Amino acid sequence: MQKYSGFGLLKHALTYHENWQRVWRNPKPKRKYDVIIVGGGGHGLATAYYLAKEHGITNVAVVEKGYLGGGNTARNTTIVRSNYLWDEAALLYEHAMKLWEGLSQDLNYNLMFSQRGVLNLGHTLQDMRDIQRRVNANRLNGIDSVALDTQGVQEIVPIMDCNANRRYPVLGASWQPRAGVARHDAVAWGFARAADAMGVDLIQQCEVTDIITEDGTAVGVDTKQHGVLRGDRIGCVVAGNSGVLAKMAGFELPVESHPLQALVSEPIRPILDTVVMSNHVHGYISQSDKGDLVIGAGIDGYNGYGQRGSYPTIEHTLQAIVEMFPIFSRVRMNRQWGGIVDTCPDACPIISDTPVENLFFNCGWGTGGFKATPGSGHVFASTLAKGKAHELAKPFSMFRFHNGALIDEHGAAGVAH
Amino acid sequence: MFYIYCPYCGEHREEEEFHAKGQAHLARPEDPDACSDEEWGNFLYFRSNPRGLYHELWVHAIGCRKFFNIARDTQTYEILETYRIGESPNLSQSTEQLQS
Amino acid sequence: MTQSNRLPRGGRIDRSRPLTFQFNGQTYQGFAGDSLASALLANGVDVIGRSFKYSRPRGIVAAGAEEPNAVFQIGATEATQTPNVRATQQELFEGLVSQPTSGWPNLKFDFMGVMGTILGRMLPPGFYYKTFMFPQAAWDTYEKYIRKAAGLGRSPREPDADIYDHLNQHTDVLVVGAGPAGLAAALSAARSGARVILADEQAEMGGSLLDGGDTLDGQPAAKWLKATLEELASYDNVLLLPRSTVNGYHDHNFLTIHERRTDHLSDRAPAGQSRQRLHRVRAQWVVLATGAHERPLVYGNNDLPGCMLASAVSTYINRYAVVPGQRLVLMTTNDNAYRTAFDWQDAGREVVAIVDTRQGAAGAWQAEARRRGIKVLTGHAVIEARGRKHVQGAVVSGLSADGSQALGSDQVLVCDTIATSGGWSPAVHLSCHTGSRPIWDDDVIGFVPGKTVQKQLVAGAVAGHFGLNECLEEGASLGALAATNAGFTAEPAAVPAAETRPETRPMALFCVPHHKRNSRAPKQFVDFQTDVTAAAIELATREGFESIEHVKRYTAMGFGTDQGKLGNINGMAIAAKSLNQTIPQTGTTIFRPNYTPVTFGAIVGRHVDDLFDPKRYTAMHEWHVKHGAKFEDVGQWKRPWYYPKPGETMQQALNRECLATRNSIGILDASTLGKIDIQGKDAREFLGRVYTNAWAKLAVGKCRYGLMCHEDGMVFDDGVTSCLGENHFLMTTTTGGAAGVLEWLELYHQTEWPELEVYMNTVTDHWATMTIAGPNARKLLAELTDDIDLDRDTFKFMDWRQGTVAGVPARVFRISFTGELSYEINVQAHYGLHVWEKLFEHGAKYDLTPYGTETMHILRAEKGFIIAGQDTDGSVHPYDLGMSWAVKEDKPFSFIGKRGMKREDCVRTDRKQLVGLKTLDPGIVLPEGAQAVDDPNQPKPMRMLGHITSSYYSANLKRSIAMGVIRNGHNREGDIVYYPLENGRVVEAEICGTIFLDPKGERQNV
Repeated sequence: MQKYSGFGLLKHALTYHENWQRVWRNPKPKRKYDVIIVGGGGHGLATAYYLAKEHGITNVAVVEKGYLGGGNTARNTTIVRSNYLWDEAALLYEHAMKLWEGLSQDLNYNLMFSQRGVLNLGHTLQDMRDIQRRVNANRLNGIDSVALDTQGVQEIVPIMDCNANRRYPVLGASWQPRAGVARHDAVAWGFARAADAMGVDLIQQCEVTDIITEDGTAVGVDTKQHGVLRGDRIGCVVAGNSGVLAKMAGFELPVESHPLQALVSEPIRPILDTVVMSNHVHGYISQSDKGDLVIGAGIDGYNGYGQRGSYPTIEHTLQAIVEMFPIFSRVRMNRQWGGIVDTCPDACPIISDTPVENLFFNCGWGTGGFKATPGSGHVFASTLAKGKAHELAKPFSMFRFHNGALIDEHGAAGVAH
Repeated sequence: MFYIYCPYCGEHREEEEFHAKGQAHLARPEDPDACSDEEWGNFLYFRSNPRGLYHELWVHAIGCRKFFNIARDTQTYEILETYRIGESPNLSQSTEQLQS
Repeated sequence: MTQSNRLPRGGRIDRSRPLTFQFNGQTYQGFAGDSLASALLANGVDVIGRSFKYSRPRGIVAAGAEEPNAVFQIGATEATQTPNVRATQQELFEGLVSQPTSGWPNLKFDFMGVMGTILGRMLPPGFYYKTFMFPQAAWDTYEKYIRKAAGLGRSPREPDADIYDHLNQHTDVLVVGAGPAGLAAALSAARSGARVILADEQAEMGGSLLDGGDTLDGQPAAKWLKATLEELASYDNVLLLPRSTVNGYHDHNFLTIHERRTDHLSDRAPAGQSRQRLHRVRAQWVVLATGAHERPLVYGNNDLPGCMLASAVSTYINRYAVVPGQRLVLMTTNDNAYRTAFDWQDAGREVVAIVDTRQGAAGAWQAEARRRGIKVLTGHAVIEARGRKHVQGAVVSGLSADGSQALGSDQVLVCDTIATSGGWSPAVHLSCHTGSRPIWDDDVIGFVPGKTVQKQLVAGAVAGHFGLNECLEEGASLGALAATNAGFTAEPAAVPAAETRPETRPMALFCVPHHKRNSRAPKQFVDFQTDVTAAAIELATREGFESIEHVKRYTAMGFGTDQGKLGNINGMAIAAKSLNQTIPQTGTTIFRPNYTPVTFGAIVGRHVDDLFDPKRYTAMHEWHVKHGAKFEDVGQWKRPWYYPKPGETMQQALNRECLATRNSIGILDASTLGKIDIQGKDAREFLGRVYTNAWAKLAVGKCRYGLMCHEDGMVFDDGVTSCLGENHFLMTTTTGGAAGVLEWLELYHQTEWPELEVYMNTVTDHWATMTIAGPNARKLLAELTDDIDLDRDTFKFMDWRQGTVAGVPARVFRISFTGELSYEINVQAHYGLHVWEKLFEHGAKYDLTPYGTETMHILRAEKGFIIAGQDTDGSVHPYDLGMSWAVKEDKPFSFIGKRGMKREDCVRTDRKQLVGLKTLDPGIVLPEGAQAVDDPNQPKPMRMLGHITSSYYSANLKRSIAMGVIRNGHNREGDIVYYPLENGRVVEAEICGTIFLDPKGERQNV
């Protein structure tokens, strides 16, 4: 792998940048792999990377029907945090957080991971109880998390209207200083480049049309462009399309695919240095290094694969943003988009074996997938390598929806919903 | 924003008046106590979640408050029919191809 | 200052109304009818910004929505600062104040500009991914500097003084774009009687008819335009919306139109007027007549001020009477752009040459050029612009027939303006918003709208039909079709004939080759705002970013505020060529709303401040306000939280309220509790299915507490339901849960058990509810009723009676959430304040004390009563709460929640269970949310046992009390657990039962 550095940049500048190597190969698929990963998004690519790096398994294919990182990795609001309520979720996301710290160096790719802190606002007394509960749990789980009062919030975000006369005044917040944002596309590209360098085949424009099973065991995938690819183990990391893949393998998942929208303003001069999230008035916002205000909307209530949602959702989100930041009223919205999020009933993911032997699923991340990318890939790689769940992944079995051991981040208001 | 025909009100109304309530035609098991954990979990949580024709339950929440079903394409978002609870759809999964 | 580039006559400006405006601290003059851009060009202002990455001087390129450079800060006051306004779309008004948004420290000398030349070579696309990585912590520092360069304009620092509003519209035919096709479509539809909305982003309707010298039926086009607009305006069924951009096309023909109502008048909207309006339109049929954007050609140094779009030059001349220079070189791939040279010449300026990229181009247009004495160089191209801060010359070279090579024999033409036309790209944006992908058309040399499920027609240039006659005819016929489809009888309107000059085939050329490789040639800009060059796109593809989405994301092409309207097709073509693909193989990126940026305020409308969310008040609200209540938001309700007396702290107020209630009498406004009236012969059966406990035997006149679970067995609401008649019940719910519970009940009734005859309706707002609680409650109530027998043995605990209270009909429920003797008095809401005041009149002698939600919480916690949503969180079932008494397992029907709470994980013995907790130090009140551990010294992550759900200081018990969940807590009574707090302190507490006061329940039975 060609190493990136400031010096390298200078060297290439002298030759008019004509000699940069390809970031990854365009390999011809082999017929047989140790592991086939379906889905070339951030999670799938991270899985491939850690399979190669941590487990020495490099005879791996990542099969992607479109282009790498083209799904939710390409269309999220880039927030990274680990201040989840329940132990199982908090430990998983914190595992990811620790990997984020140092990932740019690990991948030799600047992911612009910027630990500018995340505020989760509270607007009612019950919000504040929930915040206290979560902050206390975080703290004892070893996660940096503090509870702030109104004054504390105002000091961090002076431009927010924290007056008591707002419809839902800001009563306080939880604050995770190590949380922040990362450059979303770079995450996929960084993992892809590093995985490719270790021999992983990244096969783009290759759509899986069937999962081939023999006697209840998955043995490969059929693809539209390259026919049958055989693999000893198959890992599906296809987010919104998980239901479609599961159907190919003959089972259903406790997952629904919903539209999730986001939007950006036109770029403006830096004015907001942290990430601000509010479940109660329902909007979250940060400002990118380009100057755009990046704003996340709520999830639409219906199932949808159209990568677009309903307009009132956008309206409600901007109402919330202008309610919190009245000074942004004259700023203009440039563009909106939608992703397909695979949501689980308890707002926690599935990292699991399935009714089909040697077939594993990593899905159901809902609105929270991006922040988990390295952690998700790391534990799923271990799960695929060993054929049994990584310790941190165990609670996230799909079979928890049978025995009732849900991890209800929804009810606990720890996630945006 | 969807424009939804309420089969009870007999007219199209804006999506803001409705709530989506998930997959349609999920019958509560006759005898829950006889269900295994797996069967009960399947009823509670496991869904078909198709790309394409989907039958889903909606309620005219800010309207007549009636629940009814919609057959909709989850890719194009086209509503193909709406019908009352207890009625059967004209379109079913087997006619899915006709809609593509 | 003089308007040196203003023509003495012509244009659609009003020379009788000169306007003064400011740009970059200088004062200039223009005329009414000018855009800010045309006024600047009239004044010879050429450098209007600096480029984002390379800090190169930039000028105005276009005349409309595709302008990438002239993006300004507008606003005379702090509260009216508006970032990123496109000068080409901003009408001039008296006193307009504008600033450039880029170029620090100033436009003339730009420090970054100097650095830019040096560092420019170091900044290929994606350079930031490849560096700033070492050492690990350094990115924070690098980022601070990178962030300094971010953004164009700035946000105001003061709240917006203007207001915005929304209009919901229903229409039969929405016509988008009022150019020739749109006008003809609107005419046809309007004449049928259909409701028609015609929206156009410009101040004046007419589109291309405003810009040129077209003639229709031998008359100037302006004449037909005027007559058509007058006719349309005369119809009641037509709404004309100028200055209104259709910015989003959503599912089921829902479109949003952003109307700028006052931005052309003044800095701030005139008093009483909304600044902007968002029309939310449901259209039966839509006719898209959005036209096309001219493509510039990409060549070396094509970003120098003086390099412009050909059609923009014509627009400035014809519409604004502004010629942006003296000597023009026109480069074109098509005949149509020749008119720019003719316009230039007609304006009395010199056309140096028309450089036609096609070899042997010969037809009517070339003949006309010859007739005019204009030099035409066919088979040539401008490969490079020369000049420092403005165009001073054009390097022209021979071009191979396929456009792939510059052939040499360069000549430098001295000029100050280079206008280019690479043809026209249909404005397909709206047609793509609902997921339809556009289709490449080799004849059009552009993408045209693809298949859609929307009820949409496309007319004119957006469909790839560029000729004026085609536009008019297609518009007329599709306008009629849209109206017909919408159920009207419509005929295509007769349209006039345009005189047109026949055109020969244009050439598909996007990037003009230089002698040097693109990587070494002078920078050839594709996207001006994001500084993306042809070389950058080629580099991206060389590095393996082969999908057009990858190219876009890696280079940032199309990420500007113009969203690539100017450059994207060129960029795709360059990428395709670099990948040895065709353009359709490479494909296009996805267009999404908005077409052009929309003010947040306009999208928000009136739904901010007091109208952000409705406030719900009880009938006694004014009384609470008058008596100094502090309020708590519960759902949408404003509930009294506590009633501090002057000088009291919150805790002092709570102590007083609690003691008064326990010792004499307190009163709570409980009106916000959800109330659902349930009737029907199967109502009782229905209750038995939705509640966990038994309802079969509840007699008329009796009340019962019930728990409600979801199918997973987890508690989600609770409340008291009373039997009003054999088939009639009144259910109460939590304040926040009311709407959800009703929908839940309806769901089960309508979808699962339609055979049950039961009817439900919300009656929350019908009743005012006041709870009097305390030993003196009966005495007080007795003074206000003479028809309800309050005898303790006839009107027992958990009974209700109908009667008269304070002279008005009332339902009185003897139920208690405090554990005291307690009556809940329900009267019709409009009597609420009257009864409340009567109670105080008579209650003064008992020191009747109003208490709020906080005291209610304390009093109920003393009794161990739960609050759903505080002591529960969707993960606890009745057994976890120790409420097995509220679950009747042997009901014949398997009630909702029964099966769920029997699942493997739900019958574990070590689940988190609700217990009481007493701190060993009775003075310490544990914070709600504190987490318990067995060993506070264990390493992190610690094994947590559960959290405190409710915690208070109890004045009655003179100590703190708490409830919380503890793993296996029901079997651990007496154990000590530890709460390590945020402040480092560890609080010890003993697990106990949840009932702290009056465990036998005697007080409520007195």
